[in-house]
Amino acid sequence: MKLRFNRKQLCIPYAVFLIAFVIAPLLVIIYYAFTNGKGQFTIDNFVSFFSSTNTLGTLLYSFALAVTTTLVCLLIAYPTAYVLARSHFKKKHVLLMLFILPMWINFTLRITALKEILTAIEGNIAAFPFVNSVIGMTYDFLPFMILPLYNSLAKLDKNLLEAAQDLGANKWRVFLRITLPLSLPGIISGITMVLLPSMTNYVVLDMMYNSTYIMGSLIGSYFNAYDWNNGSMISLILLVIIFIVTLITNRFSDSTDKNDKEVVL
Amino acid sequence: MTNTPYIIELIDVKKVFDDETIAVDNFNLQVKKGEFVTFLGPSGCGKTTTLRMIAGFDLPTSGKILLNGEDISNLPPNKRPVNTVFQKYALFPHLNVYENIAFGLRLKRVDNTYKNDAGESYVKRERLTKKEIDRKVKKALEMVDLEGFEKRSIDTLSGGQQQRIAIARAIVNEPEILLLDEPLGALDLKMRKEMQIELKNMHRRLGITFIYVTHDQEEALTMSDKVVVINDGEIQQVGTPTEIYNEPINTFVADFIGESNIFNGAVTGKFKVKFCGATFECVDDYEINQLVDVVVRPEDIIICKPGEGQLKGKVISTVFKGVHYEITVEMGKFEIVIQSTAYAEPGSTIGMRIEPDGIHLMKPVYTINRFTGEITKNNTVKFGDGEFECDVTKLYPGSHLDDEGYLITAKGEKLDLTGTAVNVEVDTHDITMSDDEDAGGVTGTIISMIYKGDHYRYIVRTEENEEDYVLSCPDLWNTDDYVSLIIPKDKIKLTLKHSDDAED
Repeated sequence: MKLRFNRKQLCIPYAVFLIAFVIAPLLVIIYYAFTNGKGQFTIDNFVSFFSSTNTLGTLLYSFALAVTTTLVCLLIAYPTAYVLARSHFKKKHVLLMLFILPMWINFTLRITALKEILTAIEGNIAAFPFVNSVIGMTYDFLPFMILPLYNSLAKLDKNLLEAAQDLGANKWRVFLRITLPLSLPGIISGITMVLLPSMTNYVVLDMMYNSTYIMGSLIGSYFNAYDWNNGSMISLILLVIIFIVTLITNRFSDSTDKNDKEVVL
Repeated sequence: MTNTPYIIELIDVKKVFDDETIAVDNFNLQVKKGEFVTFLGPSGCGKTTTLRMIAGFDLPTSGKILLNGEDISNLPPNKRPVNTVFQKYALFPHLNVYENIAFGLRLKRVDNTYKNDAGESYVKRERLTKKEIDRKVKKALEMVDLEGFEKRSIDTLSGGQQQRIAIARAIVNEPEILLLDEPLGALDLKMRKEMQIELKNMHRRLGITFIYVTHDQEEALTMSDKVVVINDGEIQQVGTPTEIYNEPINTFVADFIGESNIFNGAVTGKFKVKFCGATFECVDDYEINQLVDVVVRPEDIIICKPGEGQLKGKVISTVFKGVHYEITVEMGKFEIVIQSTAYAEPGSTIGMRIEPDGIHLMKPVYTINRFTGEITKNNTVKFGDGEFECDVTKLYPGSHLDDEGYLITAKGEKLDLTGTAVNVEVDTHDITMSDDEDAGGVTGTIISMIYKGDHYRYIVRTEENEEDYVLSCPDLWNTDDYVSLIIPKDKIKLTLKHSDDAED
């Protein structure tokens, strides 16, 4: 007998995967988030998160850390991507590769190496937890910022830059009024790629003997203590935050597509 | 400002790119204020590079560009009172129509004169007010017939509308010169014709100088006051459209502008020229026995009864072209194309008459290939990027080669010719082409071909040093074909270089 599929049947594996690994766990998290240890419905977990200065402090701290990391990444990545995209250097793909290459080396190995370097420079690395976290995460996430920026800058039509110059704009104005606005989609996707993971990636902090807590470490510690209810609630809150941030950034990139100039400058 | 009738002057401008290709060379041009000048030439001839040098995107390697008598060669584009309409429009996709047009105005600073309390006037550099910008943008949109499009975004516009916005964006700044880089290339034929007329009208109304780049000869002839025909980075001819069409200066111009029959001919007497086996009266005066290229426009050949007229031939095809018929006639080994409103039956024999003013004579650019070369160890000669077998004994009358390859002169002297500098001459008929890369002494690409009635004249350019070989060949090849060139041993004429110098 010949096997025949219609298109709807072809999506079955994907649907099964989606239900088993996305929807079901999500429901489990929601269930745990709104119950207590005895399985009764409660909003205590939610209330306790927002009433504890400890957890709120962690939220703010991770947010500050993530924003700083993203900014540092952006400041390093933008000029790099700009130079790479604009250079006539024939081997620029090799240069780009050099920035991407660290991604191929095991993450643990890289952070361990970084730890040794920082120890050599600072002595006791535990003394500068925030700075070290930023350095570690920047090192880890930089390629994710460079790539989308490079892509959007490389496809920038050189004619547009010449046209702006032709109309009287000096180099700086060409950058401000043409290059920057047109690379905004790249900036936004770079930010999305860096901001969200750096709020939860506590492994970097742990490996650098860091005593500070970010959202990821908070969730980890609750789950390690078998307090699944509070852990789930924090995961859920983080999920909502991520959802909101994604919504905002999507709004931004949508409006650039629609040529809304108010967003541009 | 220096007093000069020319708004822009290019003096000995040369542009060499990083990879050492010469894009523009020996470029001298003067443009009067208000003229409509067109740079016409095949793609890659350097016309766009020249335009980019005037705009300031490329800087000349040597030479000067003067604007109103002042040297602007090294000024950046934003400091030049020149605006460009780009081939692919280059409108800013993130700005709407209004902002695109206002882009230049917002950057502009103007001198405004005020009076202070004491009654003294002083000058202040200021931005244009919002009102002024509004007014100017509106006027520019009217100019291109797109009123009310201010708020539209660029990607909702058709190609023709984008083109108009690009023009509006340039003229709104009131530049002294408007540069247009094949602006109509992306439009369909009907649209292109309309825009040609509109651009011409706009030029008349605005009174600013237009420099227009195109590879479309018809466009150049219809629109321009002055046409600059460019090939291979050099100006071939500058003139009004009528001059360019009626009195082409060389076969390239004749072939590029309009249809032409081009033949090899020879001057046989005063105002007499012989080609296609017949003698014609002509209006150009050359020395007797001078070899010439003869150009005859297809519409200058008049069909008459067989026996009348100077030529007779058999019609091989007649194609209706709307206004006229295009008739191809065979006369022995020659082929001639006629445009005529009269019909000629294919297969019939007709006579053809050419009036003296329909025959244009020009000195042939190439009749012989000249190179300087060097004899190698194996008694071959190296020239023009290649290496060929040759007969070195011809350098010394009565000499011969011994067993070891040394040359023994008539007096019995033994000479080692390795490294001897020689002049090499090869006739255009003595070179043949082959598509087997190893068959000849040098390989290159066909860069030009012109049909000359019974044969084609090809120019083959080598890759390494861009040496040009000119050859005549009856077979049809295509431009950009990669060929190797074969020159028979006895057709390479060698002379010693130093003996030549001594004669001079």
